[in-house]
Amino acid sequence: MSESPSAPAAPPGSTPDRKPEEKPSFSRAILDAVIEGNSVVVTILAILVAIVLGGLLIAFTTQSVLHAWGDFFSSPGNAIAQAWDAASGAYVAIFEGSIFNPHTVSALFQQKSMSIALHDGTVSSVFYPLSETCVQATPLILAGLSVAVAFRAGLFNIGASSQWIGGAILATWLGYGVNLPIVIHVVVCVIGGFVGGAVLGYVVGLLKARTGAHEVIVTIMANYIMQYLLAYLLGKPKLLEKPGANGNLISPNIASNAHLPLLFGTHLRINAGFLLALACAAGVWWLMNRSTLGFEFRTVGANPNAARSSGMSVTRTWVLVMLIAGGLAGLAASTVIQGTDFSLNFQSYGTYGIDAITVALLGRSKPGGVVLAALLYGALHAGAPLMQASTGVPVDIVQVIQALIVMFVAAPPLVRAIFRLRAARAGGTGQVLSKGWNS
Amino acid sequence: MNLELQGITKRFGSLVANDHIDLSIAPGTIHALLGENGAGKSTLMNILYGLLQPDEGKILVDGQPITVQSPKDALAAGIGMVHQHFMLVPVFTVAENVALGHEETKPLGWLDRRRMRAKVRQLSEQYGLRVDPDALTEDLPVGVQQRVEILKALVRDAQVLILDEPTAVLTPGETEDLFRIMRELRAGGKGVVFISHKLKEVQAIADTVTILRRGQVVGERPPSTSEDELAALMVGRNVQLRVSKTAATPGRVVLDVSDLKVATTQVLVPGEEAALAVNGLTFRVRAGEILGIAGVQGNGQTELCEALMGLLPVTEGGIHLNDRDITGASPRDRLRAGVGYIPEDRQQDGLVSSFAVAENIVLDTYDRAPYASGVALKLGAIRQTATERLAEYDIRAQSIDTPVGTLSGGNQQKVILAREVGRDLTLLLASQPTRGLDVGSIEFVHRRIIEERDRGVAVVLVSSELDEIYALSDRIAIMYEGRFTGFRPPDVPVEELGLLMAGIDGSATPEVPEAPGIREADEAVEAAEDPGAGGAAGVEGAARASEAGGREADGADRAGGATSEGPGTEAK
Amino acid sequence: MTTLAVAGRSSLSIGRRWVAPAAFLLLALIDIFFFAHYAHKGDATLAFSQPFAKVTVPNLALPGRATAYVMGGLSVVLAAARALELGKVARRASIGLVLFFFVIALLCWAYAGSSNTFNVINQFQGTLADSIPLILGALAGCLCERAGVINIAIEGQLLIGAFAGAIFASAFGTLWLGIIAGSAAGGLVSLLLGVFAIAYLVDQVILGVVLNVFVSGLTGYLYDKLLVPYANTLNSPSTYLPIKIPLLGDIPIIGPVFFDSTLFLYITYILVAAVQIGLFKTAWGLRVRAVGEHPQAADTVGISVKLTRYRNVILAGLIAGIGGAFLTIGSVGSFGKDMSSGRGYIALAAVIFGRWTPLGSVGAALLFGFAFELQSILSTINVPIGSYFLLMVPYVATIIAVAGLVGQVRAPAADGQPYVKA
Repeated sequence: MSESPSAPAAPPGSTPDRKPEEKPSFSRAILDAVIEGNSVVVTILAILVAIVLGGLLIAFTTQSVLHAWGDFFSSPGNAIAQAWDAASGAYVAIFEGSIFNPHTVSALFQQKSMSIALHDGTVSSVFYPLSETCVQATPLILAGLSVAVAFRAGLFNIGASSQWIGGAILATWLGYGVNLPIVIHVVVCVIGGFVGGAVLGYVVGLLKARTGAHEVIVTIMANYIMQYLLAYLLGKPKLLEKPGANGNLISPNIASNAHLPLLFGTHLRINAGFLLALACAAGVWWLMNRSTLGFEFRTVGANPNAARSSGMSVTRTWVLVMLIAGGLAGLAASTVIQGTDFSLNFQSYGTYGIDAITVALLGRSKPGGVVLAALLYGALHAGAPLMQASTGVPVDIVQVIQALIVMFVAAPPLVRAIFRLRAARAGGTGQVLSKGWNS
Repeated sequence: MNLELQGITKRFGSLVANDHIDLSIAPGTIHALLGENGAGKSTLMNILYGLLQPDEGKILVDGQPITVQSPKDALAAGIGMVHQHFMLVPVFTVAENVALGHEETKPLGWLDRRRMRAKVRQLSEQYGLRVDPDALTEDLPVGVQQRVEILKALVRDAQVLILDEPTAVLTPGETEDLFRIMRELRAGGKGVVFISHKLKEVQAIADTVTILRRGQVVGERPPSTSEDELAALMVGRNVQLRVSKTAATPGRVVLDVSDLKVATTQVLVPGEEAALAVNGLTFRVRAGEILGIAGVQGNGQTELCEALMGLLPVTEGGIHLNDRDITGASPRDRLRAGVGYIPEDRQQDGLVSSFAVAENIVLDTYDRAPYASGVALKLGAIRQTATERLAEYDIRAQSIDTPVGTLSGGNQQKVILAREVGRDLTLLLASQPTRGLDVGSIEFVHRRIIEERDRGVAVVLVSSELDEIYALSDRIAIMYEGRFTGFRPPDVPVEELGLLMAGIDGSATPEVPEAPGIREADEAVEAAEDPGAGGAAGVEGAARASEAGGREADGADRAGGATSEGPGTEAK
Repeated sequence: MTTLAVAGRSSLSIGRRWVAPAAFLLLALIDIFFFAHYAHKGDATLAFSQPFAKVTVPNLALPGRATAYVMGGLSVVLAAARALELGKVARRASIGLVLFFFVIALLCWAYAGSSNTFNVINQFQGTLADSIPLILGALAGCLCERAGVINIAIEGQLLIGAFAGAIFASAFGTLWLGIIAGSAAGGLVSLLLGVFAIAYLVDQVILGVVLNVFVSGLTGYLYDKLLVPYANTLNSPSTYLPIKIPLLGDIPIIGPVFFDSTLFLYITYILVAAVQIGLFKTAWGLRVRAVGEHPQAADTVGISVKLTRYRNVILAGLIAGIGGAFLTIGSVGSFGKDMSSGRGYIALAAVIFGRWTPLGSVGAALLFGFAFELQSILSTINVPIGSYFLLMVPYVATIIAVAGLVGQVRAPAADGQPYVKA
């Protein structure tokens, strides 16, 4: 409905031939961006709103705060201070757990020499939070790219979870089932992860291409099928069960040859998986913006009918896109199994599938955005355990914040309304991303 | 009920769609609103029906001002509307559609289906609508669906009925039927607003004609006003919807279609036989000629084009391009073989509106040199070509990076032309190439199509606008219900064309699936001699046609269209 | 887009003709070469009454292996019949029969020669109980999607219903308050769905998924923060006891299955009837369906699309919330993290499998409930495989359904599309 039937076609010459605007100064551009609430600003504000709401939730579920608010009229200052303390305490803990903890630095300064500090891990402990953030972000980047690639081609990949499992099964099996030299084993397992995920994605794409089965439904269902399949495999001694696991549904450990190499020594968990994720992000950027294949993906995503009329095979694109998306989600599994966990259990898939969706949405399905979004969520995930340990705020608050961010990001008018921003003035035809079961 | 509009003004951004429009509709009259596409007719009626809010002006019923914020208000005020795109729920029965929003109920909101049916039957009888209340709406022919829309208004006791371009989707026969119903409505004391851009129809049915141009009322005339005057008022300047065009010099056969059958796109129950949208077409198109396929929308033209492009599977029959069998070839193979395609719906099939102009210009060549090497895109080459085409085709866009969705319809179509015609073609499929465009753009598109023909490209033109068919075609095929009811030379009288479009094969002339030959001239003479046909123009045209080779297909006036110029023999 | 999907389909339509017979044959072969072949010697005993029933029905002892062979043979016959042209009714009946034969063969294999008996009454009672949240969730799905709003947030609505039901029933000690609170909580999630989908035009698939994450996080957070420390006051509700309907409850077989259950089952009966009748027999339903199929048509006759959608979405949440409350105060009592464990997604599957009709969805929900109950019964007698594969049944069945292998599935035309006035 970009051209409503009631709006008469513009007469010739009435096309807005605005003069090419002069390049605005940098500060002016920033000011405009803020006033008009463009997408970056809206994203930042959405994160802000979500954090504030999360803080309120923390404050008003903390007993001391509630007591203080019971006496609000006698000492309002105390009530507000208590609420602030509770919320800020939690966020400070997250920050210390994910980015930088002052205590580790003071410990560093108490060391006699740098060489000792390097050896006993004091230096490492300064960087430990950042390393953890990157470790947490690694699978999120890859799974987020998986959703983002599909999204650009007009497909919703709700099934990153199933593809993750597919990749994990193959990577794990290759990890302990075969004996290979060090570098080769890593590579083989990583490829195995990609293939395991790609197969799942391929099936979804094929079903959609051949029968028109809606990928949202198929991927949702595939998630559960793969969860049960994983549990089944882990419970079978001849298949994936660890010898002597006694029904614990866990696989054997993968060979150390298959571990992804650590980047900064044994004290920090950050490993080559992070570099792999960044490389994939760069690769996806090139694929989408600089290759003919990506041009097809984007065309099919934006207007499949026009793509068909222009000689592109929409169905082939669907299959290819889902294959790549599945492979990326499978790679996410590889980085987890080979980078940090070294074995697979029946809950390893965690919330990667869902997190991937939130990452892709927050990153606006662009590779760079996905990396940034994954780092943000990675930081939240990395900091959450410390928060729970030190302030007693359950880690689930992270999930709440994550969901809130995405809800606000998805509804820019709401954010603009909250901050009373003007709508962006450039008309443009925003890509309508909504689609129903029939599309 | 006397309905009056005073000073209605509506702006869309800088565009004034309605500019202080005054209009008065008396009961028991048929009031035609005549204007080109984009003159503001639909906008005005959408305001009257509460779908749009005017920026200025008021609506009066029997002298009392009313506010129409929504269709609900309009219905309450006794205003009903038959939309150009029917507002019917396909999976509902006729009775359900008619009753929707105005249901007959028993206590607790239970539907009283018996009374709903009875009401439909009663009104259907009263106005001679002949509609079965229990029929499933999606199964009904378009003409009947339209009558369901009329029923919807009647059941709400509408005193004024707005019919928005009601004949666009009808065959001449169905149109006659509609006119009969409109007369019945008039006899019943209803006021009828008839929106159209077709002069003949307006003259045939209206009591008063108001002409709109560029959002303004430019005149009110009785229907007896001459076609010339009405056309001049409507178009404003003496537009010649006729592009100078030399005689065709058909070469070898480029496109050879034999007994083509294409199934409808309807979802089918497994095991059930598919209905055929294209039912056994045989024709050939030669290099350097334009075959115009005329017909009322929805008689299989869309499916024919999509099958020729490889977008729909062929059920039976064969398609050969330059003696190569392309029946099963993919769209890409066909594009590579030199087929150009201007789709019927440019927004839907021709363009990616969120993409930049540049990207749209290489939409079907992006993967070949010079725009790509291997799988890598060559952005420089793409931008260079886009910049050149922008100038060459006079596409008014801020830059090649502008999203194509922000351009006007005419400029969008030029982007498609720049893409398709910019390649080396052997065959051009143009489906409704000027739909919804302004006059200037229409001329541009027509000129480009003829240029392609003159370059030796075989052109298949599908259009439901007879003006366009007459202006461009070297040969006309008339399509009805998936078949050709006949081939005619470009100077066939419009009456004969009308009969053929309605599926009535008036003359027993054999079909001419071959490129124009001597026989055509004979036919033209026959047609001209037919006492009911033609008029002066037809005779003249036939006379010219009988001169060997003289086939200027420029009898644009005969369509009852925008120009009253006599046939010329200029532009050799 | 429709053209596109169809064009993709038509190429497969010839192959699809053989899918059903092939699937039938596959099941028949499993009947014969797995269940019959590996069945132990001896009888499989099916019981049809519960202990202490007033009227008892004798047990049925089937010779395990022989019966499985017969079931397999009958399935082969049906596969052959299916290969021929059949009417619509016969097609559907044949699917039901083959599945029935398959289950019987499965039971023969599992129970042949065993001292355990398979209690049919328990199976059906369990099926109904398992199905309650699925049915209510599916009704919620139907109500939303018929009005043109995709509801993937059923999972979240169930979960928050369970959460609120447990807290309120526990804190106030009144069970009915639990139902009301659960329902209201579901309605609140729906309200969020409505506001974001209808007012802010957020994509409904994304929105549903994100709302599920939100509810899961929120309930998980509050569970750790409040329900664990104050478990005695906030998370120890009592549960509803079965109410036996006089007379009807004493009918053999039917009585204990349908008329001897908790209040939730009876509420479910009423809601199923109300939604089915409401949608297809009333003016309200006509308008709702019009809004879901062709919102502009509804708008032009003065029906408010937004209002209709809001109303339906919220109504859906209220119903799903009741289904959620069942998970706590209708069955296990206390709330546990993520205890809806995918039931909302199964309910969504039921909606699609049931072709967006309330009765169809209920049928699908019952089918899925049957598979779950069978799985839990079989897992208690240590059947070597089965359990995980039975759990997959709803998901696999749904994929098969949307792949169009058992006829076309057609959603309401405007489902998932935000309505913006021209």
